[in-house]
Amino acid sequence: MNRSLTVLRTGPLCLVQDAGRVGHAADGVGRSGAADRRSAAQANALVGNRADAAVLECTLGGLSVRAEDDLVVALTGAPAPADIDGEAVTHATRIRLASGKTLRLRTPRAGLRSYLAVEGGIAVDPVLGSRSTDTLSGLGPEPVAKNDRLPVGPEISDPADDSGTDQPGTEIGAPVTDLRVIFGPRDDWFDNRDELTTGEWLVSAQSNRVGLRLDRPDTDDATPPALQRKQSRELPSEGVALGAIQVPPSGQPVLFLADHPITGGYPVIAVVIDADIDAAAQLRPGQRLRFVPVADP
Amino acid sequence: MTPRILSAGDRALLVQADDLESTLTVAALLRQARLPQVEDLIPAAETVLVRVTDGTELTGLGDRILELITGNDIETVGGATDDPLVIPVHYDGPDLSDVGRATGLSIAEVITAHTGTVWRAAFVGFAPGFAYLAGGDERLQVPRRTESRTSVPAGSVALAGQFSAVYPRRSPGGWQLIGTTSATLWDVAAEPPAAIQPGGWVRFVDADADAASAVNDAAVGSVAETAAETGGAS
Repeated sequence: MNRSLTVLRTGPLCLVQDAGRVGHAADGVGRSGAADRRSAAQANALVGNRADAAVLECTLGGLSVRAEDDLVVALTGAPAPADIDGEAVTHATRIRLASGKTLRLRTPRAGLRSYLAVEGGIAVDPVLGSRSTDTLSGLGPEPVAKNDRLPVGPEISDPADDSGTDQPGTEIGAPVTDLRVIFGPRDDWFDNRDELTTGEWLVSAQSNRVGLRLDRPDTDDATPPALQRKQSRELPSEGVALGAIQVPPSGQPVLFLADHPITGGYPVIAVVIDADIDAAAQLRPGQRLRFVPVADP
Repeated sequence: MTPRILSAGDRALLVQADDLESTLTVAALLRQARLPQVEDLIPAAETVLVRVTDGTELTGLGDRILELITGNDIETVGGATDDPLVIPVHYDGPDLSDVGRATGLSIAEVITAHTGTVWRAAFVGFAPGFAYLAGGDERLQVPRRTESRTSVPAGSVALAGQFSAVYPRRSPGGWQLIGTTSATLWDVAAEPPAAIQPGGWVRFVDADADAASAVNDAAVGSVAETAAETGGAS
């Protein structure tokens, strides 16, 4: 009999996520997985799990879960005030959650996605080698809902040593977040590619796990698009990388996150480097960011 | 073929080929080479995106890929058309008459054109198992619908641009629907789950015409069997 957690309440969106699906691009299947991979790995390290164990990804907090067995858990990512039956618990530490006790997350003070790891991992059935919910394709488990009983994997007899607890989390809450980019592959489709790395961009409300839609601050619909394409022909569909910044004809860029489509028909002007994807995944609508060019590796 | 390597961040690079045929060749060469740094390949119309593992030195990998491509006899990996996946279609789609109007063809001519060539999966994208099939009759090029449908049933056979496709699962979609198939093209329990892989060949057949001709051509025995299976009606 599996150990388990019962979901009493969720916030706006709570999903099971792990390191995602690799090697299924030929099937038209994207990677998905935790949007902020570093925070998910940090939570797993704190409870002694492998970095790719399945965790809960809670957008804007709001989760309440009751332990049906004695469990060890950790909360990372967006720092949401949390308590166990009213007693406050510390962010990014190893926490004992005894059988019958309820862990409750409120809304994070900064950042967007909080991660809850449980020693043994969330043990729902994998689909194509992963327990991640891909919100674009619908593969993987259904979003976590009230009254779900989530199975937890077996206790780890040989937990990772304490070095795992030194693993850094994602930096969250800067007034303006700098994301490093490498130009290309289609920067030559634009008259003014440097416009991307000039000034600030605003994360729009139409952002999700597929991508961040970006606007210029203090502009309205009458303002001409910042990034003007010089090529008016259509781009034949091509594969897009995690972190790709695609520019549709509107000139409003989209920065692709975990559930991005694997191919796209609009030119990609630049790609955010891998180390900065996690910070991008923690940006809330209304937050500001800058793109900082770095040399091709 | 004169492929180029384009930058695609620090965990991928984009190989630009000339056309669909050379793209499929590049993808086949890279699959065969099994380079340890390569995590996944995404072939598309004229490019292959190569996703790599953490810490891969991309300049060196790009050079290695160019060597592989230029050092190979590309004719040998073009693929054969002799074993296409045969997909029976009932040509009863809601956009069939619109396609007829747009192409100037009669419905019978649309069906003949759609079944008249062997299609090739240029790439798979949009949704799991959704293969963009190229190589159709040139008269069948039609625009997407002006309004997308919020829900297209699984098994819908569709046209848009130079491509045909079968919606493997229910999804939104803006392509012109010309028919339906009961063939299973997506099955998470199968390996691989997508029945049509990039570079694969597909032939559509008219399920209703087949039934008719099968009966016409059949020996008396098999007609009797068919009758027995369907409940023995005369």
